[in-house]
Amino acid sequence: MATVDLKDVRKVYPGGVEAVKGVSIAIPDKALCVLVGPSGCGKSTLLRMIAGLETISDGTCAFDGKVVNTIGPTERDIAMVFQNYALYPHMKVYDNMAYGLRNRGTPKDEIDRRVRETAKILELSHLLDRRPRELSGGQRQRVAMGRAIVRQPKVFLFDEPLSNLDAKLRGQMRVEIKNLQRALGVTSVYVTHDQLEAMTLADILVVMNAGKVEQMGNPLDIYEQPASTFVASFIGAPPMNLLPITNGKFTDGSALSITAPAGATILGFRPEDADVTESAPKQGLTLPAKVEGVEPVGAESFLYCAAAGQRIVVRVSGRALHEIGAKLTVSAPLEKLHWFDKDGKRVG
Amino acid sequence: MAEPSKGHDKLMIGQSPTGIYIAHAILILGVIVVAFPIYYTFVASTHSLQTILRPPLPLLPGDRFIENYSEALFGGVGRIGGVPVWTLLFNTTVVALGIAIGKIIISILSAYAIVFFRFPLRMTFFWIIFITLMLPVEVRILPTYKVMVDLGLIDTYAGLIVPLIASATATLLFRQFFLTIPGELVEAARVDGAGPFRFFKDILLPLSRTNIAALFVILFIYGWTQYLWPLLVTNDNQMNTIVIALKKMVSFADADTEWHLVMVTAMLAIVPPILVVVLMQRWFVRGLVDTEK
Repeated sequence: MATVDLKDVRKVYPGGVEAVKGVSIAIPDKALCVLVGPSGCGKSTLLRMIAGLETISDGTCAFDGKVVNTIGPTERDIAMVFQNYALYPHMKVYDNMAYGLRNRGTPKDEIDRRVRETAKILELSHLLDRRPRELSGGQRQRVAMGRAIVRQPKVFLFDEPLSNLDAKLRGQMRVEIKNLQRALGVTSVYVTHDQLEAMTLADILVVMNAGKVEQMGNPLDIYEQPASTFVASFIGAPPMNLLPITNGKFTDGSALSITAPAGATILGFRPEDADVTESAPKQGLTLPAKVEGVEPVGAESFLYCAAAGQRIVVRVSGRALHEIGAKLTVSAPLEKLHWFDKDGKRVG
Repeated sequence: MAEPSKGHDKLMIGQSPTGIYIAHAILILGVIVVAFPIYYTFVASTHSLQTILRPPLPLLPGDRFIENYSEALFGGVGRIGGVPVWTLLFNTTVVALGIAIGKIIISILSAYAIVFFRFPLRMTFFWIIFITLMLPVEVRILPTYKVMVDLGLIDTYAGLIVPLIASATATLLFRQFFLTIPGELVEAARVDGAGPFRFFKDILLPLSRTNIAALFVILFIYGWTQYLWPLLVTNDNQMNTIVIALKKMVSFADADTEWHLVMVTAMLAIVPPILVVVLMQRWFVRGLVDTEK
């Protein structure tokens, strides 16, 4: 229903702190764009600027090509889901959902129809007469979603909506949000610090750091080709192993089994791309390592090893039968290696 | 959500029977100490002047309840210019309600402005309001009186009410409460299309209703028991409040004082504050029980 275009958007707070340092993102119609990054990276500020809750210091924000910089949140026709739900505590679920429509002068029967319809989609029909404090966390979350959906806005904005839910519910709601967003086809911007949420939800993933976009694109492309060490260590769990190299040697002085491309000072490989089985073809990178810790998680296990003067993680499927102190060889295929230069940028 | 019942925990304290007896004895003693003077006033209000003046005063109510109360309420009391007590009650009610409601309106609006709006000199205004906390009515009473005289508000309800309406305490209370309202709620309302007035009316007022109820009780009693200001600003007996009139009824000479009517007036003077406390208490206890945050 709308495209969102950010052009060189900046936020400078009075006092000179620059929270967002020139961000440009183009979100096509019906896409779900996820802003991910550590806390303080400016992702929430950016979202609030799109919402109109925060003024834009420089640059433009446009919906459907129309610049909305000076328009208030009401007229921008957006709906927002907040981290702590921000439900009106004194209103019933029904009124919470109807409030925005009433303020817009929607006719009563139309409000009633839309509220009941939305409640049905979100399985809230039996809760319409309750007050927020009588609901569980997951139900409140649904009401907050309902309040956004019922308005049929141009753009949905989500500000870490799942961070107050327990892990199981979070997984469930994640799937639900994705399905709802697809079904309704509303352009959405979703802020999170959880890389798993970011990977699974995003059509466009934007990784932010220190007020800037580190990398933007398809989530799997970002996973496969992280543009910097920051992205490499932020996307993927456990994070990518990063080993500094100088003149073909690791920090402990041992030589690299392969030649590094020119300018590369950091070698990276993902725990899931490494192999420790004896029979594995010893092509690409090989590293002698010593097991320092084993973390069985059920379907897989993580081996924490000392190698090349660093601590690295290797994922082993099934149960790991390695003992602490055991020596083994970690190998990783050439095409799964990532090289970064001294500024942390990707090489090759 | 599922909390263990708290009532049970409280029963654990003082479970021994002796403890309970001692506790009750102390409570009953306290009630007697507080209630006996009021009971005695009531007893005196149902006897004739002669009975009251001839000690000892009986401990049981007399037979002149209806006569005394109707004489005081509608007949008029000689020492205060023949003004009937119901006029005094009416005056005091107007003044107490005016002060309580006025104070609440003014302070909730100023707190709203100070907390939710960014305007130049915002903190200066806040501190100016805050500083007036240190200035009791008595300190600024002469200039205030002069202003009232110049405005021709002596012997008017406005003169009785307006100078007592500004309230730093209530403003601060509302400010503290508003500061606890999460920013997200304000933003959610903005996204939902609620302007400043709608936000105030639909969100802030309903959330403040327990605070308003509690303040109303306190401020009503504050207004009801005002003494110095009404004494200064009223000359006409018709405009007296009940506390002032009560003072005026009592003469230095015992024989000159219609004690039975004084007692009736005293009884009537405490009825409205009691009513307000009893009725409103229910309200704000209920409010305290369902904390909606």
